[in-house]
Amino acid sequence: MKSKTKMEAEQAAIAQRSDWLGILSRSVGSELEALAADLVTDSTFEWLRPSDIGLVMVRGRAGGTGNVFNLGEMTVARASVRLEDGTVGHGYVQGRDKRQAELAAIVDALLQQPHRHELITAKVIEPLRERAEARRLAKSRKAAATKVEFFTMVRGEDPA
Amino acid sequence: MAYVAVKGGEQAILNTLRLISETRRGDPAFAELTLAQISEQFGLAVDRVMTEGSVYDRELAALALKQAQGDVIEAIFLLRAYRTTLPRFAVSEPVDTSRMTIRRRISATFKDIPGGQVLGPTYDCTHRLLDFALAAEGLQRPQAGLAAEPLDKDVPQVIDLLGSEGLIEEESDEGQGEIFDLTREPMSLPAGRDQRLQNLARGDEGFLLGLAYSTVRGYGGAHPFVGELRLGEVTVEIVPEELGFPIAVAEIAVTECQMINQFRGTAAKPPRFTRGYGLTFGHNERKAMAMSLVDRAMRARELGEDVRYPAQDEEFVLAHTDNVEASGMVSHFKLPHYVDFQAELALVRQLRAEHMAAREAQTKEVAE
Repeated sequence: MKSKTKMEAEQAAIAQRSDWLGILSRSVGSELEALAADLVTDSTFEWLRPSDIGLVMVRGRAGGTGNVFNLGEMTVARASVRLEDGTVGHGYVQGRDKRQAELAAIVDALLQQPHRHELITAKVIEPLRERAEARRLAKSRKAAATKVEFFTMVRGEDPA
Repeated sequence: MAYVAVKGGEQAILNTLRLISETRRGDPAFAELTLAQISEQFGLAVDRVMTEGSVYDRELAALALKQAQGDVIEAIFLLRAYRTTLPRFAVSEPVDTSRMTIRRRISATFKDIPGGQVLGPTYDCTHRLLDFALAAEGLQRPQAGLAAEPLDKDVPQVIDLLGSEGLIEEESDEGQGEIFDLTREPMSLPAGRDQRLQNLARGDEGFLLGLAYSTVRGYGGAHPFVGELRLGEVTVEIVPEELGFPIAVAEIAVTECQMINQFRGTAAKPPRFTRGYGLTFGHNERKAMAMSLVDRAMRARELGEDVRYPAQDEEFVLAHTDNVEASGMVSHFKLPHYVDFQAELALVRQLRAEHMAAREAQTKEVAE
């Protein structure tokens, strides 16, 4: 049986990898290319699974909270790599950009190497996260500008 | 009668393909449309093609629209056909619309709602007068305003305000087993809500709009209120087999409509409102609203109501929503039916001859 602290550490590592994989998945292809191209050129790896394009069936819930149903599919591209030291990386990205999936897979593998993790997080993951957040904020502030402020019309006698 | 193949016309077909290409391009004096232009400036057409084509991919939907010269149903057909060439990598976790990044969110049932009424991008507040300024090129268009603060991150569902008092039926996961998938199995009756909602999500907007209209015009007894209509981005999570843990693989735009409908009570249960649900890819309000009305109408059997009108009849609705199937059936009548028609022609000629002979014989009898 694993000790509690070891399990917690494993959980935290999974949550961390899930987070960076998500950032890579939802990135803008050209932004990932600009941030990660050098890293990738300097790495030696082999394709475990060459990039390909496929579908994910997106599901919803009746009423938002009820029984599950199939809404429709979306395109995704994916790829898997193995670095020289055996580290395996997977990339899944929204859309059909195979190059983006390949970059994501390589960056995922590099991020699992303890000695490079922090540097690559700072160089690739955090800038991608910041840009996504900036776009989300801009959209949300534009929506917030269309928020309706109601005021009550006082009719008839002076209420005082 | 057996099907008889028709041969010939090869050159004519090759030439019609060239002609349609030239017709699609239009006058070469004008610049050719790019996919980015279609996806950016015909965004609502792209959203409809993605929803009914049942593939979320703006670029593919834009390509389909370009290839179909803007014929939305033809574009939907093209996208559905392309879809069959791709493998399925995964099935997502159900999207959580309560955690949507809101771009628009309104309620017709309560004025003051937590998170506020957010108009977002809508034509509802325009005068529907043709704007001739848009006909001019190179003008600076009005820019969106920016509020100092963004909207709240998690905006609660309006419908939950009623739920806490038990005034409206709750939607909870009953842990159903296999989830019906129309892309893998044919329609089957009686249909569960999962099959019905998938069918409606893929269904033709015009057909559903007409059906929804019928339910409020006396063919369904609906008296609906929009509890909430929201547009925004939700994350799509998958658990890839090789990883074994979830990743938020995508962010997609969806429109959701929570329709509150007529209340009913029984001896055992006090009266409460019932619900209909609409969910689409992209910005598709009319479709999401129509979907929620037809969803509610088709729940008649489950709610113990009489099934009396077309929109309540799931066999009728589910079999006729799909515009790829419908246009396939209607369009096929223009294909050669030469042999079928010759057979019918011969039969009608024979019947007429018999009819004439019988009448002549009768006239002769009367005369004698």
